[in-house]
Amino acid sequence: MKVLIIEDEPEMLDNMRRTLEREHYQVETASDYETASNKMGVYEYDCILLDITLPDGDGLELLKQLKNNGKNEGVIIVSAKDSLDDRLKGLNLGADDYLPKPFHMAELHARVNAVLRRLNFKGQQLLELGNVSINPENREVVVDNTPIDLNRKEYDILMYLVTNKNRLVTKAALAEHVWGDHIDQSDSFDFIYSQIKNLRKKMEHSSFTIEAVYGVGYKLNLD
Amino acid sequence: MKLLNHTSKYLSLVLLPIITIWAIAFYYAMLDEIYDSLDDGLENQKILLLKRASEDPSILEHQDFDKHVYAFKPISTYTYENFKESYRDTLMYMHNEDDFEPVRIYESTMQQNGNHYKLKIITSMVEEDDLIQDLVKYLVGLYVLMVIIILFLNNFMLRKIWKPFYHSISQLKTFKIEKDEQITTQSTAIDEFQLLNETIIKLIKKSKDSYTEQKQFIENASHELQTPLAISINKLELFLENHPLSELQTKELASILDNLGRLTRLNKSLLLLSKIENQQFTEEELVDFMELTQDIISDFDDLATHRNTSIHLEVKNSIHYRMNKDLAIVLLTNLIKNALVHGKSDTEIRIQIDQNSWSISNTSDSEVMNQKLLFSRFKKISTNKKSTGLGLAISKAIADKYNLNLSYQFDELHIFRLQFFTER
Repeated sequence: MKVLIIEDEPEMLDNMRRTLEREHYQVETASDYETASNKMGVYEYDCILLDITLPDGDGLELLKQLKNNGKNEGVIIVSAKDSLDDRLKGLNLGADDYLPKPFHMAELHARVNAVLRRLNFKGQQLLELGNVSINPENREVVVDNTPIDLNRKEYDILMYLVTNKNRLVTKAALAEHVWGDHIDQSDSFDFIYSQIKNLRKKMEHSSFTIEAVYGVGYKLNLD
Repeated sequence: MKLLNHTSKYLSLVLLPIITIWAIAFYYAMLDEIYDSLDDGLENQKILLLKRASEDPSILEHQDFDKHVYAFKPISTYTYENFKESYRDTLMYMHNEDDFEPVRIYESTMQQNGNHYKLKIITSMVEEDDLIQDLVKYLVGLYVLMVIIILFLNNFMLRKIWKPFYHSISQLKTFKIEKDEQITTQSTAIDEFQLLNETIIKLIKKSKDSYTEQKQFIENASHELQTPLAISINKLELFLENHPLSELQTKELASILDNLGRLTRLNKSLLLLSKIENQQFTEEELVDFMELTQDIISDFDDLATHRNTSIHLEVKNSIHYRMNKDLAIVLLTNLIKNALVHGKSDTEIRIQIDQNSWSISNTSDSEVMNQKLLFSRFKKISTNKKSTGLGLAISKAIADKYNLNLSYQFDELHIFRLQFFTER
């Protein structure tokens, strides 16, 4: 899977590149409009992460250019400007998602993953992980041919941890993803624990474990 | 007291002594003139009498004023030579008035055929008491007339002249810098008012500009903070994953991440506040408050369960109100979250919706709180270190934007109430 990151902030770019490489994506980068435009014209990518505020041009123009060329890459707009206007403009121009800065690395994986799955397999692909298979289309989870009944939050947690398998997911990242942005001010993320406990119980026959890492977050380990 | 009445008051007060002093001066000047002309008349009469006496010496027999206005009295040569002529005032019985009236007497001497005479001529005098009375009468009339004219001028003409002033002032009274309204001024021929109008316009423009600039500054600053925050958070997350760390090290890093998260939330809240104030939420739709409340309550399910708090919703009449949906969500979310986070655990939160109000009540260890402080920014009442101190300020800003009245009251329970004035 080839991913192009267009981002003018070098350290931001480096972070994103490193985390995506760990997921075994083939990552290309561009730090200005000119380079991005050239790379997009010449190569094919599966997913493009696009910062729309570039020093030498409007990122939305790149998006227009891409769609005009009939390319079908997945585009996720990354922006420091969480404005409704930009979001609507971007989505109307054909972007697949809009990710406001700052975000958690785990969230980036989840978004990239979702876009790639949607585009490459039209959502039809089953996610296989050991003896567990997940159908993202109808949110079905099967362990050893036994369907598991998960509620909405349990499913979201599982999916998020699976997307970030073998990686530490902090409680804050998990809470924001599953419970939404507004849960943020709650005095602790301890309430996550009861859902994790339920999930572990329901998934006890699966070939992975959900490990609590020093009370900081969780990690889904494949046996 | 209005300015024009003020000037009227002072003018009438000042007029009184001025007219009085003027009256006294006028009176004496006039009196002096009267005496002068009387004395001239008397002197002229003496000359006439001298002429008549040389033609008809019999008039020298008249020794009293019974029949004539003059009297002769023979005197010695010595007296004649030492006599000084004089004018003086005296009283004399007047038949027509049946009273003693003041008269002017001119005493002089004359010589006729070697005989010396003392000559007295009288003429009736102006009656001073009558003169004073008349003068006072007319002056009082003048004073009253002037006061009436001043009042008239002030109330009709000045009111007209001051109109542009009152026009500007009345607008300033209701002017709010955060509302996007313009001040209009009426053109006027009076330099001072023109200057005032120009100054008002200039001052308001300046204030508005700096207000906008400041709002813009907060928004820009918040935007600029996002990238370094993102870099720091992501770097730490990568570091956590890529290095074998001890429990203590992991927890330390997690605590830094937590604080960066707090910073992010604070920044987002600031951004939201300035966006609300910068009128960036223009889309509106009819929001069903009952439905919205139910949705938000279900979002907080897990947190409520964790805190062993139950949320009860009582609906008499749902409220439908036209506003931005996202802001409605933020408004209610903040209020519910506030009740949940600050309320005592193991108690219940009650939300009531009726015809035109939405209210939420919770118990808490804290006592009654100051409503003004409560809705101001960064006023942290609790010791909860994770709250940004902006939640209620944001709710208040949203409520204000849509003309909802958000109030707090304490009655054993802490109650926040949203008052809907008209259903939109």
